[in-house]
Parts: sequence; C-alpha cells; structure tokens
Amino acid sequence: MPVEIIQIKNLSVKYGEIEALSDVSFDIISGDYVGIVGPNGSGKSTLIKSILGLIPFEGKIIFQGETLSDFILKNNIGYLPQKMSFIDQRFPATAMEIVVSGLYCRKKFPKRVTKNDYKTAGEIMETLGISGLADRSIGKLSGGQQQRILLARALIHSPRLLILDEPTVALDPQSRDTFASIIKKLNSEHGVTILLVSHDSGSMGKYASKLLYLDRKVVFYGTFDNFCRSDEMTKYFGADQHIICHRH
Amino acid sequence: MEIFSQIYESLQYVFVQRAIIAGCFMALGCSFLGIFLVLRRFSLIGDGLAHVSFATVAIALLLQAQPMIVSIPLVAVASLIILSLNEKAKVYGDAAIGLVSSFGIALGVIIASTAGGFNVDLFSYLFGNILSVSSSEVWLTVFISLLVVLVTILFYHDLFAITFDEDYAHVSGIKVKTVNKILILLTSLIVVLGIKIVGTMLVSSLIILPAVSALQIVRSFKSAIALAGIFAVASVIIGIFISYLLNYPSGATIVMVNFIFFIGSFISGSLKK
Repeated sequence: MPVEIIQIKNLSVKYGEIEALSDVSFDIISGDYVGIVGPNGSGKSTLIKSILGLIPFEGKIIFQGETLSDFILKNNIGYLPQKMSFIDQRFPATAMEIVVSGLYCRKKFPKRVTKNDYKTAGEIMETLGISGLADRSIGKLSGGQQQRILLARALIHSPRLLILDEPTVALDPQSRDTFASIIKKLNSEHGVTILLVSHDSGSMGKYASKLLYLDRKVVFYGTFDNFCRSDEMTKYFGADQHIICHRH
Repeated sequence: MEIFSQIYESLQYVFVQRAIIAGCFMALGCSFLGIFLVLRRFSLIGDGLAHVSFATVAIALLLQAQPMIVSIPLVAVASLIILSLNEKAKVYGDAAIGLVSSFGIALGVIIASTAGGFNVDLFSYLFGNILSVSSSEVWLTVFISLLVVLVTILFYHDLFAITFDEDYAHVSGIKVKTVNKILILLTSLIVVLGIKIVGTMLVSSLIILPAVSALQIVRSFKSAIALAGIFAVASVIIGIFISYLLNYPSGATIVMVNFIFFIGSFISGSLKK
C-alpha cells in the first residue's frame, strides 16, 4: 500500500504583497521520484524552502503524520541546496569537515564527531568517487566537485527523503549525467524518495517517475504518461508539451 | 640583552602581571568568536557593541557604579536588539549595527555633557589602559573569557554548521536562532571586557584581526581557531612589553602588533597560492 511521506495541504506563501505559491496541495508517496518543474518565478524554490521549514507559510505540511522537526530528528531528510555560490572561496574547511557535518542531525548536545563518523564520511566519499578530495579546501574545489561534496553531506546519514534544488546547474553535461544516474540509483536500489527541482523540464522525464508542474499553483501533478496523454495539458502547453515528453 | 632584563624586571610588577593575565584570556575569547563573526560577515558587530558600551560606561559613571558590571547586561540587551533588527525588521545587518552604534555614541555624549564632571574618566575608556586593570577586573575577565571559550567548544559543531550554511544547519535540526543568540551574547560579554583593555575605539580589532590573519593561511576550521588564538595571545604579550619598554599606549600597541601579524599572514598566504 502506498504511504505518503509528505502531505502538503493548502500551502500558500507570500513575499510582501506578492503571492509566490497559492493553495498548493499534493502528496508525495514514499519511493517516488518527483521532478518539480516550472518557469522562472513559478515558486519551485519557495516550495522546497517551505517543505524544509526555512520560510514562513500558510497551510499544512505533514511528514508521515509528524512535524518537520520530529521527522528531521529521525535522520530522514537530506538536502542539496541550489547554488554553490554561497561557498566562500576562503572558507577554512576541508571537504571532509563538510561531509561529516551531514551527521550533525544524529548528534545530541554537545555534538561530538567520532573516528567512526570520519570512517562513514570516507565510505560515502568513496562511493561518490571523491575520496581524493577529503583534505582539500572546500572553497578551492571546482563547481562539480563542490556539488558532489555537498551531495555526500546530504547522503551520509542515509536519509529516506532527498531534496535537491537545481543540483546540476553548475555541472558540465558529462558530470550532469553521472550525477543523474547516482540519484536514480539511490531511488531505484535504495528506495530513497527524491524531490528534484529543475529548470530543465526536457530531461526530467528520463529519470523522474512523477512530474509536478508549478506556476504559483499546481498546473499538473502525476505520472509522465498521464501528463503526455492529457488533452488538458496539450491545451495548456501547446507544442511545449512535446519538449517535456520527448522521452516517448 | 638589556631588553630581556627590562622585560624580566617588568614581570615583577603586579600591574604588568595583571595586564598579561587579563589580556591573554580576553584575546583568546576574542579570537574564538572572531572566526565565526568574520566568516558570517558580522565582524563589525564588535564595533557597534563597543560604541554602545561607550554609553553604558557613561551611565555607570553617572550612577557612580562599576562600569563593567553596568555595561555587561546593557550591552547584552543591545546585542539582542541588533540581532532582532536584523532578523525580524529586515534591516540589513550592517545597517542594524550602524543604527545601534550611532545611538550608543550619541547617548554617551549627551549623558557626559549634561552630567559633567566625568569627561576625563569617560574618555579614558575610548582607548582603554590594560596596565591599569584592577584585580577584580582580572578575575572577571578570566571568568568570562573561560566561559566564552567553553561555550564555543560545546557549541563548536553547531556554530560551524551555521557559519558554513545556515539553511542546511536548520535542516540538520540545529536551533539556528538560539545558537545565533548565544554567539551574539558571548560577543557582547567579550566586548565589555575589551573596553578596559584596548578601549571602545579599538576593541573590534581584537575580534577581527587575529581571525582575518589566521584565515589567510589555514585550510581547516579547527586550525583557523587555534591559529587566531595564537596570534591574539602573542600580540597581547608582545604589545604589553613594547608598551612598557617604549612607553607607548598599550591598546594601540596591541592592535599594531596584530596588524603586523596580519601583514605577515597576508604575504605568506599570497606566496602559497
């Protein structure tokens, strides 16, 4: 039986007088790979920030019957933020220090990092092919390398839900494919629920099982097949529907 | 060799011993907080709070009370006001600091000019004098500095996570607002200690300079804190001796030594690249 990992009910977000999201409601089933697409300013990042409790909102977001903070405490969320531009070039931290910080959600006050934690970090870095970067300064790495370090940080505590906000923006096409297959594998082999925001609606169909098309409200939510066969969507998108459906 | 015998001789004086103990502990507290404040673009908060302490010292002198005791709670409140202006009222961080700091100076000047009679005392706090620290001030400085260092160690990982990526820290279940409050309250404590040692005009340099110097060289976070601590303590000790030997003003001399460390680190950091 499908279990909802997130239930979003009547979510609305306002920035001053401007409504960024209006009455958004949908459920995410455990094990889904949901691609969130939509034009610039359609509220994709706002939706992610609301789910993660980073901005105030109206409505309800429930995580398997629990609040966000309880859900976080059970190591359930991994998050890869939108841009690497927030990483200061001179920030004094090694890649290893950043990856280990992904385990903080397991720690109680006063947080202490053990040898075992470093071992776990070493393992996840090896899986992602970035062991060689462990002692390098985070600010001095390339965009793609930083991205994989942050992915290691998001995965180190084996979360059940992974939220990625435009993860491939800084990557070249080859790294983009590698990255996409790592995420796909997490979903298909380890059952991790994926929520991925992308401006690249064309390639989303190759990986995601469901599509959420946002334009301040939910325009479409469902499987790709339903999207591509929907007359209503053909009316809404016209020829653009084919760009999203080109996998068929 | 004469210099060493003069330094040895200076160490026999109680006022020099007090200066070194108080200065070293405070420098350590400043440098621990400095790394977090500098990396979070909050380094001028020390400057703002120091200006507020100018007003609180004026209030203390008006009430004929101990300036440090009066200043600690008042500057702590001011620090929380800066934080909440920044978070809630959506005033830019630097503007919030500017707002509170100009208010502090204006209030200090008005109190001093209307009450009269203690201008000289008040203005001695502008540049401080580490060589006139009393024994009760030494104890207070040691106690508060150790508190700052201990709390920083206990919250090290929370502070590290917030400094690198505040959003991710939140998603990791860290109480970001509470940790921010702790950081800023500790800063207010250390600033009040600093006004006696280097004065309200220069205290922020003790927070900023050792941290910025260390950041030129190191790769990991823990070594940044350790190196900032070493720079801070060394500049206090060297500064006090130079000030004693050459009869220079102590606060300004300590800051100058810190600045020389910065130049050295900057050159060494540039050469490494």
